[in-house]
Amino acid sequence: MRRRLVRPLIFLGMLALALTGCGSAGSGSPGSTEPASRAASPSPRISGTVTVLAAASLTESFGVLADEFERAHPGTTVRTSFGASSALASQITNGAPADIFAAASPETMRQVVDARAARSSSVFARNHLQIAVPRGNPGKVTGLADFGRTELRIAVCAPQVPCGAAATKAFSAADISAKPDTYGNDVKAVLTAVRTGEVDAGLVYRTDVRAAGNAVTGISFPESAQAINDYPIAVLANAPNPSAAKAFVAYVRSEAGRRALSAAGFDVP
Amino acid sequence: MTRSRPFSTRIPVVLGIPALFGIAFLVIPLLGLLVRAPWGSLITHLHEPGVWEALRLSLLCATLATLVSVAFGVPLAWALARSEIPGRALIRALVTVPLVLPPVVGGVALLLVLGRRGLVGQWLDQWFGISLPFSTTAVVLAESFVAMPFLVLSVEGALRGADRRYDEAAATLGASSWLTFRRVTLPLVAPGVAAGAVLAWARALGEFGATITFAGNFPGTTQTMPLAVYVALETSPDAAIVLSLLLLAVSVGVLVALRHRWVPTA
Repeated sequence: MRRRLVRPLIFLGMLALALTGCGSAGSGSPGSTEPASRAASPSPRISGTVTVLAAASLTESFGVLADEFERAHPGTTVRTSFGASSALASQITNGAPADIFAAASPETMRQVVDARAARSSSVFARNHLQIAVPRGNPGKVTGLADFGRTELRIAVCAPQVPCGAAATKAFSAADISAKPDTYGNDVKAVLTAVRTGEVDAGLVYRTDVRAAGNAVTGISFPESAQAINDYPIAVLANAPNPSAAKAFVAYVRSEAGRRALSAAGFDVP
Repeated sequence: MTRSRPFSTRIPVVLGIPALFGIAFLVIPLLGLLVRAPWGSLITHLHEPGVWEALRLSLLCATLATLVSVAFGVPLAWALARSEIPGRALIRALVTVPLVLPPVVGGVALLLVLGRRGLVGQWLDQWFGISLPFSTTAVVLAESFVAMPFLVLSVEGALRGADRRYDEAAATLGASSWLTFRRVTLPLVAPGVAAGAVLAWARALGEFGATITFAGNFPGTTQTMPLAVYVALETSPDAAIVLSLLLLAVSVGVLVALRHRWVPTA
């Protein structure tokens, strides 16, 4: 009886460990090896873990920034978790222990500020929409007007998520009634549909086109100026490690941070 | 399957306490949905555009997927339970893989085969101009892929449990194997088929991962209730809760209504 109980318990314990381990996975990506500039390091010694919750579109750039920050501040560890801004916002307002929130839209940041989970935020990057087409452009897409062609397969983000709201703005600015075949539940879902060639065109962020490399081709369009997404960042009110959190935000806004963000395709203010 | 109770069935404490925990674990989250549901604005949320469309699509696709599962799953179960085909164990393992496969991976697999650039899909597209992704057909396919193994396992179990001597008696009286299957075997395992169909239907109704990956997400064409719930969660958790409760109420209602007609109660 005893022996038989022990094994499942060990298994459960291991499962729990594995699950908690998952939480910290995904921090840092093997990105640029460029040495971090020391200019951003503040005077007081900082250490410990900084937990950053960031919008999915920041996956590549914040991966690089986290690595550089850790190198610039030995003794610190940056834990990153990427997801839909709205999902992260509700995690934060429900008490997820994190130091920093970087959102893909001011609206999601406002939810966090309204819930008093953060005092103030500042815009650190801007993102443009861009048309993504599969390699070879099978639908012969040249501009936003092609999104009204019914014979093409089109994917855009659902209007409920930031990239979908931006798409709606761009379509109304261009006076086009888009004929999408599917609404992605986030921008990466749209990108995947383009990348696999299941759609002829999708509307994603310029940073996503950049991240997809050769698999997709990006086409810029003038109306994207009407639908720019601001990315706010904030240190959270209940941050377990506020001094390191402030240093990370300063790093994101420093020269090195701006360089990494614009390399990923962001506009930096 | 009704059984008399010759002995007192007092639950031993060792079983009773974990059983209580089990009940609490499964029921409390549902209570949570009920407690946190925005009862005041329930009617408003139910009248939001697309709600009934999504429900209609969910019921339609789950029912079609169940029919597909029965049409192909019952013969498959018969082959697994009764025939002497070689490699039966391997085939059984393969057809039950979708049970353990994350549905999203199932959706990707369907896309790789039936997508516009898929192994089969590219020829469908070139020769017949048929393109499955982003269509209601794709929803039915995705749901069938995930739900059919439940039906196969259930029917196969019933076939193994059924007394083969009836089949043999029919055969000695000169019935062909098809006639035997139709008039003897199938009526014997009908409760198993019904139980499997109900399981498959319920699984198809809740299907999310394979559907959103393979069929996409468009209101009226491919956006079933679970997809509508997921998208609603982004902006309005209240609306998502209302949609979930609606799906729950409809599926429980259907299952209760069918309980006495199809599935014998224990």
